[in-house]
Amino acid sequence: MAEDKKLFKVTIDNITIDVEPGTTILHAARQIGGDVTPPAMCYYSKLKGSGGKCRTCLVEVAAGSTADPRPMPKLVASCRTNVMDGMVVKNITSDRVLDARAGVVEFLLLNHPLDCPICDQAGECHLQDLSYEHGEEGTRFEFKKRTFEKEDIGPYIQLHMTRCILCYRCTYVADQLTDERVHGILDRGDHAEISTYISRAIDNDFSGNMIDVCPVGALTDKTFRFKNRVWFTKPVEAHRDCDKCCGKVTLWQRGDEVLRVTARKDEWGEVKSYEGKTGWICNTCRFDKKQVSDWVIEGPANVNRHSVISQGHYVGVQQPKETMPEVMGGRTPKLLMDIHEVSGVNRVDISALPGPATSKTFTKNEQ
Amino acid sequence: MGRKLLLDKAHIENIRLYDVYRQHGGYRSVEKALKSMSPDQVTEEVKKSGLRGRGGAGFPTGMKWSFLAKPEGIPRYLVVNADESEPGTFKDRYLMESIPHLLIEGMITASFALGSRTSFIYIRGEYAWIVDILEQAIAEAKHNGWLGKNILGSGFDCEIYVQRGAGAYICGEETALLESLEGKRGNPRIKPPFPAVKGLWDCPTVVNNVETISAVVPIINEGGEEYAKIGMGKSTGTKLISACGNIRKPGVYEIDMTISVEDFIYSDEYCGGIANGKKLKACIPGGSSVPILPANLLLKTAKGETRLMNYESLSDGGFATGSMMGSGGFIVLDDSQCVVKHTYTLARFYRHESCGQCSPCREGTGWMEKILLNLENGKGKMSDIDLLWDIQRKIEGNTICPLGDAAAWPVAAAIRHFRDEFEWHVTNPEDAVRRNYGIGHYADPVHVPVG
Repeated sequence: MAEDKKLFKVTIDNITIDVEPGTTILHAARQIGGDVTPPAMCYYSKLKGSGGKCRTCLVEVAAGSTADPRPMPKLVASCRTNVMDGMVVKNITSDRVLDARAGVVEFLLLNHPLDCPICDQAGECHLQDLSYEHGEEGTRFEFKKRTFEKEDIGPYIQLHMTRCILCYRCTYVADQLTDERVHGILDRGDHAEISTYISRAIDNDFSGNMIDVCPVGALTDKTFRFKNRVWFTKPVEAHRDCDKCCGKVTLWQRGDEVLRVTARKDEWGEVKSYEGKTGWICNTCRFDKKQVSDWVIEGPANVNRHSVISQGHYVGVQQPKETMPEVMGGRTPKLLMDIHEVSGVNRVDISALPGPATSKTFTKNEQ
Repeated sequence: MGRKLLLDKAHIENIRLYDVYRQHGGYRSVEKALKSMSPDQVTEEVKKSGLRGRGGAGFPTGMKWSFLAKPEGIPRYLVVNADESEPGTFKDRYLMESIPHLLIEGMITASFALGSRTSFIYIRGEYAWIVDILEQAIAEAKHNGWLGKNILGSGFDCEIYVQRGAGAYICGEETALLESLEGKRGNPRIKPPFPAVKGLWDCPTVVNNVETISAVVPIINEGGEEYAKIGMGKSTGTKLISACGNIRKPGVYEIDMTISVEDFIYSDEYCGGIANGKKLKACIPGGSSVPILPANLLLKTAKGETRLMNYESLSDGGFATGSMMGSGGFIVLDDSQCVVKHTYTLARFYRHESCGQCSPCREGTGWMEKILLNLENGKGKMSDIDLLWDIQRKIEGNTICPLGDAAAWPVAAAIRHFRDEFEWHVTNPEDAVRRNYGIGHYADPVHVPVG
């Protein structure tokens, strides 16, 4: 018994757990799981030095340790604070924490465009989840939001700085995964931006992982942009022999078409690890292998059943009740403009198709 | 007339030059420390003196020095924070400009106490000409054997380097300063680890203000106990106050922390009263980050006692009715000044200087600035005042470094003490752009308990 490593006892929201010394509060809470886990927008366990910036994971330490049971005066960032033996942490049981977190969500959304309807990240966006769970309805911000021009950084990635919440994750990817540091933060304060200096292209085999770590839709995959909504696609786990990376990926398919390739993610939205190594994938796997024949399919990927992605099956869907005629006293609204005539997209009777619609269905070459 | 320890020789002609400085007793503390004392004895003297950090937080310097980790085989560093960028604070500038050798002398003694063989002065970029003054002083000191290898045959080696910042207020925060000194982007680090354990290049580091290090010279010369006799309570020694605003005689004054605020403002020895025969409206006693106080609470505490110019008395009553000593930037506002506009100016400064690393400060400072600009221009709403209060409350304490607090406190204090002036801006939008609210009832020396 004496050889056993001493474990630290930590109580989070009245749930006690034994963890290894050196564990952060956030990781201890993740071991418990569920609602007691603070949300994290900037922390990424696979990126060294990340965390502490977004302040969504703030928790109250009601007792520092058994040896020194004084409470900590300020809320602490759980992602960067190590547990002590006998520590008592309050997360969702603390009004102070919930109040501060609602404040942080409001701050994060202040300059965020909330263009979810046209954003590729919608459906798998951490900021969406965060504001849904912790945010307030409406905004008190009555000013013009900060905007930036869209920027292409390299042939595969588009930077949409307007959506960025400056979590610094992508700069850590650039620092730790790629050989050459090509982008970082320019300027400071609310006019700070992520950029490559003088619009230099990011040309590196692992640069695509920036897209995976981005919690919002600021860095998007140019091969997937506007191709489909994520909840219409089906995640399938697959692998291939790759000499650069682990080759273990998730294919996002619609029918037989591979619309997107990403690394596999765990329940915290982070890239999974295999045998202690993080499963980052290379740009060849991510951007160039878009045929089903390139891959060995393993089977459907696990998706949290609360995720909108798992809602994407349209079997037994009931048509919502049409309220317009009721409101208009039995008349139906008259369309002044048919969007199909303006958009240039051909009209497709989706219900008449044999399978799911894909991007090929909407090409205009049939006439 | 209070005693002067730092500026007593500042008026001597050419004191900036080594020969004159040496003739007037310069570098005696180095001789004393290196020849007759051990490093621990120097630290002990500083502890006995009760010297508190002069940069703003007022942490006991001796304690800070004794916290420095001293592992074998790892270098330790002393970094002097000369990134004096707080609006209203210009004491270090005066000190370095007029008597640079005092800082160099203090640094050699402090480096000896801390075992720092390489010490740095991180100076704000805008003080470009002071860099030349300091480098000349360092060269002179080195030429005369006070720096370099084996100083005074004691076996102690020391070099001092000056590093210029690039004009960022945030680099005055000690960990951001260290990042910047390392050549990185000046973002504050997440603490712990504290610099005393992992500072510059992950080595134990002490970061001290210019005035703090300069104060080491009289402490060693006269002994810590003698130094502690000056002042009162836990505010020992002398403090440089940079007074500015609507006073007759703005400038840098050395005070011994026993005089009252009223004396400091009105006596001819110091500020000489309010300029142009106007009345005192408000004052920020310790640099732009500390809460503003209306005249009645400035001169007397909420309990009716006379408020003195020292750490304890200025913070008496907490933030509800008190303020802070801060870095000694004493900003006086007369009755022709507008508190809303003044608060807006500060908010604009903090918005511009926020590093953008953590979200409450990055987004909140910009938001506050926009609301305050509206209020100032008579376009505000009554609900904006409560909104401002809520924003500052959500920034304060929730950020990585104290810049968030520094941005929140002035706004909070302005609303706490001058709420009717804010309301007047909303209810009289046309007047608000044409004239100032004036003095209100703040100058009445009646104590108003404010919650």
